[in-house]
Amino acid sequence: MSQEIKGKERYKSGVIPYKKMGYWDADYVPKETDIIALFRITPQEGVDHEEAAAAVAGESSTATWTVVWTDRLTACELYRAKAYRSDPVPNTGPGTKTEQQYFAYIAYDLDLFEPGSIANLTASIIGNVFGFKAVKALRLEDMHIPVAYLKTFQGPATGVVVERERLDKFGRPLLGATTKPKLGLSGRNYGRVVYEGLKGGLDFMKDDENINSQPFMHWRDRFLYCMEAVNRASAATGEVKGHYLNVTAGTMEDMYERAEFAKSLGSVIVMIDLVIGYTAIQSMAKWARKNDMILHLHRAGNSTYSRQKNHGMNFRVICKWMRMAGVDHIHAGTVVGKLEGDPLMIKGFYDTLRETNTKTSLEHGLFFDQDWASLNKVMPVASGGIHAGQMHQLLDYLGEDVILQFGGGTIGHPMGIQAGAVANRVALEAMVMARNEGRDYVKEGPQILEAAAKWCTPLKQALDTWKDITFNYESTDTADFVPSTTANV
Amino acid sequence: MMTNVGNRVTQGQFSFLPPLTDKQISAQIKYALKNGWAIGVEYTDDPHPRNTYWEMFGNPMFDLKDPAGILSEINDCRKTYPNHYIRVTAFNSTRGVESPTMSYIVNRPKNEPGFRLDRQETDGRCVRYTIHSYATDKPEAERY
Repeated sequence: MSQEIKGKERYKSGVIPYKKMGYWDADYVPKETDIIALFRITPQEGVDHEEAAAAVAGESSTATWTVVWTDRLTACELYRAKAYRSDPVPNTGPGTKTEQQYFAYIAYDLDLFEPGSIANLTASIIGNVFGFKAVKALRLEDMHIPVAYLKTFQGPATGVVVERERLDKFGRPLLGATTKPKLGLSGRNYGRVVYEGLKGGLDFMKDDENINSQPFMHWRDRFLYCMEAVNRASAATGEVKGHYLNVTAGTMEDMYERAEFAKSLGSVIVMIDLVIGYTAIQSMAKWARKNDMILHLHRAGNSTYSRQKNHGMNFRVICKWMRMAGVDHIHAGTVVGKLEGDPLMIKGFYDTLRETNTKTSLEHGLFFDQDWASLNKVMPVASGGIHAGQMHQLLDYLGEDVILQFGGGTIGHPMGIQAGAVANRVALEAMVMARNEGRDYVKEGPQILEAAAKWCTPLKQALDTWKDITFNYESTDTADFVPSTTANV
Repeated sequence: MMTNVGNRVTQGQFSFLPPLTDKQISAQIKYALKNGWAIGVEYTDDPHPRNTYWEMFGNPMFDLKDPAGILSEINDCRKTYPNHYIRVTAFNSTRGVESPTMSYIVNRPKNEPGFRLDRQETDGRCVRYTIHSYATDKPEAERY
């Protein structure tokens, strides 16, 4: 129930609790057009959790620390975000290893936000509140974006469906690899790695996040040699091939210049890093749509704020924002590789990127139903410590609309880069075929690979080299939920 | 002759595997039918990577749900065009996809000459690339 003070009393100079200022209303029913944010709140000692939720609502919408009479010049009740629900997080609080946390639901009116601007949306939702003293820690877990707001965004420049049509590649995950070593190669040597990987059977090669324009290789040199490699490999195989040319630079002007050069050389794809910022990403997405270019995003920097469970933001929110901002590819985890990733959480990310409609699923960390309003689908990229021997698991966990990036798993092959690429492609095609035939490919995966390795020596060598390599560490980011014990609740 | 692994055009889902047997093709047909996708058979004598529109060997078989019937269409196409590239494509009409969801080659010419890369040197060190399909040096229908 609302504990709001109304009328003259409400606007007496001084400080009153946020809850009483109108930022908490347990009876509030969100409107279809509201944006809803779900925060994980660790209140400061002695701060009531509903007051903490109201404070977050206040500081992320209209409030300041004290009463201001100028509120009365506006339709202030509409503009106040409303915390309407706060639930204790399971397995936190007394008797557990973790301080008591709460999931707080906060609703924002659509008119609080500028149409089509991630920067404006985030300036409110994560702008000020994360340093706010009333909360000890704060994490943005999920958001519901109404169709009305989604329709003000372009969405992915190309999308999964059109990307596949342009590349003429259907019915299997795409294969890629990141050029290694990621720093130090000259343009000419770098292009060699690209050529070998693509000719061997990969669909894409990739710049790494920190390869821009350094003393050992300036960007124009890299672009020229990479496109020679791409076109030679395309002619050698009869397939459309690509190399993600990273156009990340210090200014928008530099990025546009690099992207234009990539276009003039006939590249099908360019790449940017998450660290360039939301507005720069949206600008590049518009450029990409206008220039028939696929836009690859490397999530460089995200783990600085997405990995710890009590503070920062969940990666699924980044997935949502990036689908709105308009990228075509985003690195979203491998489950089995070297980087953080609980299988259920990763499914939540992948569904967020690829589905037209996602249902609430606490198990996967999805707190809201989300209609994607026909925004294109984003292709997730699985990269980091994966190899051909895991193909059955990768196909099972990640599905078909995904790019599997085997960097070390291609370039580190004992017989060379082409052999590494062949091993990955054969393993992939054998596994897709087995799956389509209705075989229990997850269980029989190792046998399916062994059978293909009988006639494919590069695959045999790959399996012998990496067979026992796994990264079984416990995930730091998992869902907190209590499975419902009764049906129909 | 092409110099890549397998010495062949590697378009499609299964070009790195040994040529598909009729039994294997039937299994893939069943998978498509199970998903409610329509199967089309297409052939060409120009395998250029950007030659999107191969000739249709009839319309996609929206109403044919019998794997044996579809396989016999594929084999008819192989008999008619034994020296062409033939691919089987599955079309998914689901909202949000409405695009091919499978595509694999089931027939190839005996010799695959491949492609030449033409380079036109332009400003600075920029090169304009053109991929040239050797087969298209001859007129249509006389290529393989």
